[in-house]
Amino acid sequence: MVKYEGKVVIALQVNGEAHEVAVRPSDLLLDVLREQLGLTAAKPGCLNGDCGACTIMLDGWPVKSCLMLAVEAEGHVVLTVEGLNGTAPIQKAFVDADAFQCGYCTSGFLMVCHALKTQNPLMPKENIIEEWLQSNLCRCTGYQEIRRAVRLMYEST
Amino acid sequence: MIPFNFIYYRPDSLQEAADIYSTLQSKGQKAVYFAGGSEIITMCRTGSIQPKAVIDIKNIPECGLLSLYNQKLQIGSVCTLNQISESKLFPLMRLACGRIADHTNQCRITLGGNLCGSIIYRETSLPLLLADAEITLYGPEGERTVPLRSVFYQCMQLKPGEMIVQVQIPVWALSARHYHIKKTANEKIDYPLVSVAAICKDSKLRLAFSGICSYPFRSEQMESALNQQTKSFEERVKQAAELLPEPVYADAEGSGEYRLFVFKNTLRQLLEDWDNGKI
Ligand SMILES: Cc1cc2nc3c(=O)[nH]c(=O)nc-3n(C[C@H](O)[C@H](O)[C@H](O)COP(=O)(O)OP(=O)(O)OC[C@H]3O[C@@H](n4cnc5c(N)ncnc54)[C@H](O)[C@@H]3O)c2cc1C
Ligand code: FES
Ligand code: FES
Repeated sequence: MVKYEGKVVIALQVNGEAHEVAVRPSDLLLDVLREQLGLTAAKPGCLNGDCGACTIMLDGWPVKSCLMLAVEAEGHVVLTVEGLNGTAPIQKAFVDADAFQCGYCTSGFLMVCHALKTQNPLMPKENIIEEWLQSNLCRCTGYQEIRRAVRLMYEST
Repeated sequence: MIPFNFIYYRPDSLQEAADIYSTLQSKGQKAVYFAGGSEIITMCRTGSIQPKAVIDIKNIPECGLLSLYNQKLQIGSVCTLNQISESKLFPLMRLACGRIADHTNQCRITLGGNLCGSIIYRETSLPLLLADAEITLYGPEGERTVPLRSVFYQCMQLKPGEMIVQVQIPVWALSARHYHIKKTANEKIDYPLVSVAAICKDSKLRLAFSGICSYPFRSEQMESALNQQTKSFEERVKQAAELLPEPVYADAEGSGEYRLFVFKNTLRQLLEDWDNGKI
């Protein structure tokens, strides 16, 4: 059994690297990524699971890191936009499709799209793409371009 | 940021979890079972709850099962809505899970969390109530397996320190004709104005609802009204609406009058589809 009380040091596997971080059990994964590991791609938005700006990947699936404790990530594989190293097909596709304006939502969308590709290596049906993308909001409303980026991602690989 | 500290426990067994709960309770300290955490984290962040400890039950093997066993489908309480959908084992439940929150949240929200949460819709209860599911609970007084309907009325009626371990669904429900529809006020992803789940058993429709009242429910009286083959759709729907167990729910998403309008239209559509063999 695990019991954490007060400040504790936990081991996290983030972007292929092992990290040791000192956290309170009530610290959110989002805050620990940003403030302790300096990984600021995941963004705070609504903080209650609606906007998706904080989306990361956990064991290959998208997760909103504002609704997860850092201590819960122990033993799991965390991936953030920094871990894509600028080389993921979705990153080039976003540039080619002009799929961002202010960019605040972009990291979240990149992770949800990358997870979509991880779980569905071949282009899934439109309704599946729509279902996954609906988890994130873009206040600049670049939804058509984002949709195009997903198609480009699949066509380019 | 959660502006206070709590103790985090991650037990490996049901007994450990219940022991932690009892020990803290005997000291007058508030503990909560923690599954997907989406509701607990938000409530802690906004200050609506301030537990002394959270007991993360995701490491307990019995709570994570998702398999067919002995003519029943077992779904562990910490299975996420997405795991349940991806398993494709229970088509009606798959439809219900696919309409709760959004896909990314479905990768965290658990079956137990949805049934026990404070948000009133608890939409996973609908397929379970229709399928005569049983539920296994564990707490300081031990384990019990009971029909879900005996412990779920309006919300889960748990004894202090009790947690959901899993639900068991009889196999007939996994292949039965079924129907699910969720109507929202604006966006597709939203709380329901009205959610209706239906399943066919012995040539009769069973129906359960969320959104139309302040709690989810299955009503056998309403089912009888809706199954009267000799009456018109209009008459059946009117009669069913008169049998709602409480006044229609109203909030900023929809007035009572509007919800009732949507409810009646939805039921009528359902009966038509049923009649035309579309279900
Ligand atoms: C963005 C968003 C949209 C949503 N939309 C919908 C919707 O459309 N329809 C709908 O029905 N719901 C909706 N919900 C509500 C959601 O299903 C609940 O908040 C649910 O409680 C979250 O599950 P969880 O596993 O994260 O729960 P937690 O936050 O882990 O727990 C919630 C509560 O359940 C208790 N609990 C959890 N598991 C158990 C168990 N096994 N035994 C006993 N007690 C337990 C906890 O102690 C706590 O009190 C939405 C939530 C979010 C964040
Ligand atoms: S900040 Fe996490 S969903 Fe909005
Ligand atoms: S690009 Fe500005 S919010 Fe999406």
